[in-house]
Amino acid sequence: MNSKILELQQIKREFIMGTETVRALKGVSFDVHAGEFVTIMGSSGSGKTTLLNLLGCLDKPTAGNYLLDGVDVGNLSRNELARLRNRKIGFVFQAYNLLPRTSALENVELPLFYNPSLSASERKDKAVKALEAVKLADRLDHTPSQLSGGQQQRVAIARALVNQPVMILADEATGNLDTRTSYEIMSLMQDLNKEGKTIVFVTHEPDIAAFSNRTVMLRDGKVVKDTVNENVRSAKEALESLPPADDY
Amino acid sequence: MSAINLVRIALRALQRNKLRAFLTMLGIIIGVAAVIAMVAIGEGSKESIQSQLSAMGSNMITILPSSNVSGGVRIEGASFQSLTIVDVKAIQKNAEHVSAVSPVSSTKGQAIYGALNWPTSLQGVAPSYFDIRKLEVADGVSFTDADVATAAKVCVLGKTVINNLFPSGESPVGKVIRLNSIPLQVIGTLVPKGQSSFGQDQDDIILTPYTTVQKRILATIYFQSIYASAVSEGTSAQATDEITEILRETHRLRPGDENNFQVRTMEELIKTLSSTSSLLTVLLTAIAGISLVIGGIGIMNIMYVSVTERTREIGLRMSVGARGVDILLQFLVEAIIISVTGGIIGVILGVTTAQVITLTLGWPTIVSESSIVLSFMVCALTGVFFGYYPAQAASRLDPIEALRYE
Repeated sequence: MNSKILELQQIKREFIMGTETVRALKGVSFDVHAGEFVTIMGSSGSGKTTLLNLLGCLDKPTAGNYLLDGVDVGNLSRNELARLRNRKIGFVFQAYNLLPRTSALENVELPLFYNPSLSASERKDKAVKALEAVKLADRLDHTPSQLSGGQQQRVAIARALVNQPVMILADEATGNLDTRTSYEIMSLMQDLNKEGKTIVFVTHEPDIAAFSNRTVMLRDGKVVKDTVNENVRSAKEALESLPPADDY
Repeated sequence: MSAINLVRIALRALQRNKLRAFLTMLGIIIGVAAVIAMVAIGEGSKESIQSQLSAMGSNMITILPSSNVSGGVRIEGASFQSLTIVDVKAIQKNAEHVSAVSPVSSTKGQAIYGALNWPTSLQGVAPSYFDIRKLEVADGVSFTDADVATAAKVCVLGKTVINNLFPSGESPVGKVIRLNSIPLQVIGTLVPKGQSSFGQDQDDIILTPYTTVQKRILATIYFQSIYASAVSEGTSAQATDEITEILRETHRLRPGDENNFQVRTMEELIKTLSSTSSLLTVLLTAIAGISLVIGGIGIMNIMYVSVTERTREIGLRMSVGARGVDILLQFLVEAIIISVTGGIIGVILGVTTAQVITLTLGWPTIVSESSIVLSFMVCALTGVFFGYYPAQAASRLDPIEALRYE
């Protein structure tokens, strides 16, 4: 639990909008160690999204160093970034971003298609295992339209897991879900974290941040607070404490 | 990414939009089918013209008077009188590569038998004309050199003339018909030849000795044309040269003078006709080719729409590790699958169409392998060409923006 998965050193990101320079990140530094469950919080305009894009290797910093699992991202080409995303990062999006009219299994298989070393049977095995891990083993052939929001998000999490990434990067992953389903997802996240997965969870809900063991607070492109959460709330208990819903 | 994966991903993407994929394909299908069917029609008509010509006798040589300068005035070929019996005799005697020669002196006239009459063409020829034109006598006999010598009032009738003068089906042989008030005894009938490739009825004809036409009807010593036949098809060029030389001599042309006649072989005619029908083929192919291009533009259009519609998908694929080239190849392979599948269906449809045309309309069609290969290759290239730009547009998307695309 001491190896650094993420190392951010004085990360700056500036955008040139016409004649103006927008400084979205003004020198962000923090590390994330293996096995941590970090939430990144901040109101809109705080640079949260920009940071997420950088962490996800979708973007490169204007200045500063970002090391993902020991690799300096700043020096990589577009193709090398793509490879890095494929091998080291699992994305979970707010809007699930599943392929429509495509079975859960095929959706989960998607990242593996971009890994040429895998055979078709290996691909299927891994995808089935990932879906089992999110408790959707009985929904392999269902298309997104046949799944509930929570189930769709679980498929998305399975897709993020399938490549055995060093980090799961979730962007407002509970934003489209009701409280109960959000807690279910968080419970799943906590389980994955217990199994050793490093999770970086971007959110603006303090409620959700309570389930993580560390919170990084951003404001105006700077880290304003970086606190370790001493008493992590258990999502499972939170779920049980909810009044029973009619539809369950 | 392996080729199999690429194809698999592209196929799945197409499966999600079956109807659209099919409609896009339809442009290619129609384009390819049109190319193949059109080329088949063009080639078929070319072939049938050629086979008709060789049935007419492909070693045939035609000598026609041509325009000449007479006192500074150029005179139209047909009205110019330059071919006489002297020319015919000279060719007969001196040309080694010519096996038969016959003058033709023809006129139009109203053939009359009993109460019936029929406007037709009367051709005065030598007996050798039957060999040259591959004419056969069905009933009765043909006339002889003796008939020619006496300008005998005998004739051989073509089928059309018989049908019009003897509609009841009685045999015309032995009957006497009148043409321009001259009585002619029918001594034979011709085996029908049908229409020529020019649409001319080859059976609407009365044959008679050339002397009969020249002396009894036209009162002229000139011929409209001379027909000859080369010893074989291969020697028709030598025969042409010989005839030209002989006629220049008999016409007393000085070196440097223009020929006042023209010698045509069937070879030239075959060439002329094939080039005409080649032009037809080219035109048909061009039209069909345009429809293929339109099909290609259809692919391009749909691929662009597809790229825009699937922007989020592209963003997602990029975020899970697809490189630009992976996205490019995915869309390119989709376009190629559409065009190649369309091409295969188009080939099948084109070949079927050609056969249906032959069966229903009776037009001869020849499906040439080259047209299949060519149109198939063109449509594969169309897929690459028209699929490339949308695919490239997709591969250049910024994953961040693509993921947020609404």
